[in-house]
Amino acid sequence: MKDNNAMQPVLSENLIEVKDLQKYFKGGEIKALDGINTEIKKGEVVVVIGPSGSGKSTFLRCLNLLEVPTGGQIFFEGVDITDAKTNINLHRQKMGMVFQLFNLFPHMTILRNLTIGPMKLQKKSKEEAEKTAMELLARVGLADRANAYPSQLSGGQKQRIAIVRALCMKPDVMLFDEPTSALDPEMVGEVLEVMRDLAKENMTMIIVTHEMNFAREVASRVIFMDNGMIIEENTPDELFTNPQSERLKNFLSKVL
Amino acid sequence: MILSGIWEQISTFFVDLWITVSTFFIDFGTDFAHQFYLAFIKDDRYMHLVTGLQNTLIVTFFALLLGVVLGVVVALVRSSWDKNHETMRPGIGKSLLGFFNGLCKVYLTVIRGTPVVVQIMIIFFVIMASSNNKILAGVIAFGINSGAYVAEIIRSGIMSIDGGQMEAGRSLGFNYTQTMIFIILPQAFKNVLPALANEFIVLLKETAVAGYVGLTDLTRGANIIRSITYQSFMPLIGVALIYLAMVMFFTWLVGKLERRLRSSER
Ligand SMILES: Nc1ncnc2c1ncn2[C@@H]1O[C@H](COP(=O)(O)OP(=O)(O)O)[C@@H](O)[C@H]1O
Ligand SMILES: [Mg+2]
Repeated sequence: MKDNNAMQPVLSENLIEVKDLQKYFKGGEIKALDGINTEIKKGEVVVVIGPSGSGKSTFLRCLNLLEVPTGGQIFFEGVDITDAKTNINLHRQKMGMVFQLFNLFPHMTILRNLTIGPMKLQKKSKEEAEKTAMELLARVGLADRANAYPSQLSGGQKQRIAIVRALCMKPDVMLFDEPTSALDPEMVGEVLEVMRDLAKENMTMIIVTHEMNFAREVASRVIFMDNGMIIEENTPDELFTNPQSERLKNFLSKVL
Repeated sequence: MILSGIWEQISTFFVDLWITVSTFFIDFGTDFAHQFYLAFIKDDRYMHLVTGLQNTLIVTFFALLLGVVLGVVVALVRSSWDKNHETMRPGIGKSLLGFFNGLCKVYLTVIRGTPVVVQIMIIFFVIMASSNNKILAGVIAFGINSGAYVAEIIRSGIMSIDGGQMEAGRSLGFNYTQTMIFIILPQAFKNVLPALANEFIVLLKETAVAGYVGLTDLTRGANIIRSITYQSFMPLIGVALIYLAMVMFFTWLVGKLERRLRSSER
C-alpha cells in the first residue's frame, strides 16, 4: 500500500469514496453531517451505528443523493456524483436502497413492483424481468405472493419484497436504513436472514441498524457516528469489545 | 316599510305557488297527454331535446378532456414547486418552474374568481369574435373553467401521496417525471376519483348556461320548445328529468369503478 502508482487496481476497488461530506439543514442551523470521510470497498459490509439524530440516515441518503450534500464529494465507481453535471439517475440504478417503511408501490402487484424498474429503466423484456423477479422471490420464500398487492402482506414480507425490488436492478451496493425498526419483533429475523444471505454472497452493503448482534455477526466494519461525525470505525470485534472514545462507551452501555 | 314590502312579495309567491300546484293536479289527468303531445311529439319537437342532448354531451366530454389535461399540467407545476422549491439548486430550471407556478396561480385565481357564464361569453364574443363555432367555444370555455377545479383536485391528490413513494421511485433510478407518471399520478388519480367524478357532474350541469352564446344545448332545446308552445311545464320538467337521469347514471358508474379499483388492492 506504499507505492500508490503500483496499487492503482487496489484503489479502484473503492466502490464509494466520501470526502469531507457535509449536509446542513435550515440554512446551516442544523449540521446533520459535519465532515464525513470514509471509503467503502467492494464486498464490504459496513454497519453504521449511533444515537438517534446523529446523522446516520442523512449519511445514507446523501450516498445516492436523495439528500443533496451541502459540501464535500462522493465518488461512486470513480465518478463524482455530487457534480451537478453527473446524471445521478444512471448511478442510482446501481445503488439499491431499502427504507424503514418499505415504500412498496401499493397500486401494483408484487411482481409489477419488482419488474417496473428493470423494464422501464434497463429495457429488459417482460419475460426476462419476470424471470429474474421470480428467481429472487423464490430465494426469499415469497414466490407464491407474486400476484398479491403490498397491502396483503405482513411487514416482514413487505420488507423482504422491498429488498428484492432493489436486487432486481442488479445493484453494486445496497443501502439499508433501519430495515427492521418498523417491524414486529417476530418478523425481524426473517429480514435479517435475507440480509445475512446477501452478505454471504459478497454483496456490498451499508446498513444503518440498532441490531447490535447482527452487526457483530455480519459486519466487516462498524462505523460509530455522533453529531454528524464519524467518531470511531473498526472491525466489530475491536469496536464492541475495545471502544476508545467516551461517547462510544457511553452509547454501547445503553444499547448492549 | 321595506319589511312589509318583502312580506307582500313572499306571500304573493306562496299564493302563486299554491295556484300552480293545485292547477297542475286538477288539470293533470285530462291535460297531461295533450301537453306531452304538444311539447314533444307534434312536429317532432323532441328533436330539439335530442340535438340539445347531443351538444351537451359533446361539450361536456371534450371540455372534461381539455380540463383534465390542463388540470394535470397545472397540478404538476404547482405541486412540483410546492414540494421542491426549498431544496432545488438555483438556476434556470428553478426560475422557469417559479415563473410557470406564478402563471398557474393567476389562472386559478381568475377562473375561480369569475362566473363561468361571463367566461364563455368572453370566449365567444370577444376572443373568438371572428368565428361562429359555438361548440368549439363551449368546449374551450368549459374546458378552461373545469381545468382550474380539476387542477386543485389533482394537486391535493398528489400532495396526499406519502413522500416515501417519490423517494422509492427515485432510488430505483427513475427521474422526477418518470416517478410522477408511473408511481405518484396513478395513486393520486385513484384517490381523487370521486372528486373528479363530482367535477364531471358539475360540469355537465354547468353547460346549461351555454345558451347564453346561442349554443343549442339541452337546456336551450327545452327553451326552444317553450317558445314554440308557450307552455313551460313539460319541456322544463322533461329536461330536468334528463339531467337527473344522467347524473344518477354517472354517479352509479363511478361508484362501481371505485369499488373495482379498491377491491383490486385487497
Ligand atoms: N429534512 C430535514 N430537515 C431538517 N432537519 C433534518 C432533516 N433531516 C434530518 N434532519 C436533522 O438532521 C439530524 C440528523 O438526522 P438523521 O440523519 O435522520 O439522524 P439519524 O438517522 O441518525 O437518527 C437531526 O438533527 C435531524 O433532526
Ligand atoms: Mg434515521
